[in-house]
Amino acid sequence: MRKQFPKTIQELMKQDERLIILLGDIGVFGFRQSFSQYSNRIYNIGILEQSTIGVAAGLAIQGLIPVVHTIAPFIVERALEQLKLDFAYQQLGGNFVSVGASYDYAALGCTHHCPADVGILKNIPEMEIVLPGSAEEFDNLFKQSYANGHPTYFRLSEQSNAKSFPVKFGHGIIIKKGSRATVLAIGSMLDRVMEACREIDVTILYYTTLTPFDSEILKSNCESNKIVVCEPYYSGALAYDISNIFTERRINLLSIGIPRQFLRKYGHIDEHDKYLGLDAEGIKEKITNFIDN
Amino acid sequence: MKKIKENIIRIAHQANEGHIPSAFSILDLVVVLYEKGLVNEKKENRFILSKGHGSLALYSVLAKYNVFDSKELFSFGRYNSNFGGHPDRTKLNSVEASTGSLGHGFPIAVGMAIGEKIKKTNHKIYVIIGDGEANEGTIWESALLASHHKLNNLYCIVDFNHSTDRALELGDLEAKFIAFGWKTICINGHDHQEIRQAYLHSETDKPVVIIAETIKGYGCKIMENNPEWHHKSPTVDELEFLINDLY
Repeated sequence: MRKQFPKTIQELMKQDERLIILLGDIGVFGFRQSFSQYSNRIYNIGILEQSTIGVAAGLAIQGLIPVVHTIAPFIVERALEQLKLDFAYQQLGGNFVSVGASYDYAALGCTHHCPADVGILKNIPEMEIVLPGSAEEFDNLFKQSYANGHPTYFRLSEQSNAKSFPVKFGHGIIIKKGSRATVLAIGSMLDRVMEACREIDVTILYYTTLTPFDSEILKSNCESNKIVVCEPYYSGALAYDISNIFTERRINLLSIGIPRQFLRKYGHIDEHDKYLGLDAEGIKEKITNFIDN
Repeated sequence: MKKIKENIIRIAHQANEGHIPSAFSILDLVVVLYEKGLVNEKKENRFILSKGHGSLALYSVLAKYNVFDSKELFSFGRYNSNFGGHPDRTKLNSVEASTGSLGHGFPIAVGMAIGEKIKKTNHKIYVIIGDGEANEGTIWESALLASHHKLNNLYCIVDFNHSTDRALELGDLEAKFIAFGWKTICINGHDHQEIRQAYLHSETDKPVVIIAETIKGYGCKIMENNPEWHHKSPTVDELEFLINDLY
């Protein structure tokens, strides 16, 4: 996904003169072609995330379409108030593309972990949230939504699914139908969920857009009263959306995501996944226990 | 000016809300922006009130130049009003940016100035920040950015009323902006002639900071430099007393 991002931008910059790129001193080499061809529309703005979001809002007021890129915690956590007030409240359009999802940068420690991003941004009204599952899906989703006039957060992960799906912004996809539970696989979790549920009789819905949340597909594909959300960030971020759908029906909900704790170990993504039970084996065990009880 | 100040006091009294001394501190600076159309509804040159709590000054000046009826201002702070304690671009077309949380309007102004450069216009962006607001890190981040990108179309006006010296003194503000690569102009922030000249100053490759020495609560002796009045609305008993104190 990270490598696809500059390719997508390069292609769009050619077509859309409103597109302005602000890099927080990362990814500069990857964007070298854009720097060479569109030097007045791409900036290595520096390491000043709060002001960068404000500057992006100023560009949006001028009718331009800003794309801000840096590591997840520095967009979402350091510049949270700017995302909330400068963009979402003021109803300005802009794109915030992060790398370093959850513990992608596991060995760099807590400062570079960001499993809270989706939960935090879910609390900002009008902030769109997109978690592509592959490079191709990022390309599609970004092209569909970058100019839609809303602030949109794109979370690029180091983990990709093996296969890309024909994703549509704001819509989920039915991967398979079953009867014992409905499992929501979010972004890069899909491969693991498919592996975990290979022999389990469940419906799998694949979500790459979390806000706006596709309520219809869930409402229409939830016969069992049991819902499992497999999410690659702090668990529980979708509980509000799901509970709003089923106000007149009793639902059992299991969130399989990162527990709300500091991750004090280093290592690699896979090690954390395994330790937290977020590999296919761990997910299978949790889902099996849930639907059997 | 006296009549505008009287209205501001009456509006704040009626709403039981408003930062009157902050509005008086910047009133001259805002009037000069609009009086001869330097900033107008055509949105060529544009103005951002980064210290949003001075909103009563902005609303009053816009009403003075007939952007809307001054009677509307008496809805200030009410549930359905377009006029809140901080200006809101989602409610008023003449407000460029919703501000209130300090340190937000200035980076937005920098972005707008960059936007004008990208669009290759000669339009200018004026922004008023408070000296207390200059405690915020984003002010200095943005100051770095503006000089690095040679934003000679950006005019930052510092309402230097020293009200937060009690917390954190800014020291030699001019030297700080010079060190950040800005053209500095120091003026009396209540002298219209000096303000006008500063606004029309032209630079080739630097942003301009206008350090305006002001008096918080200017024009009402009781309020001047009196922190008690920072966010206080006059009671019925105080109302006429304050109005009679205006000069």
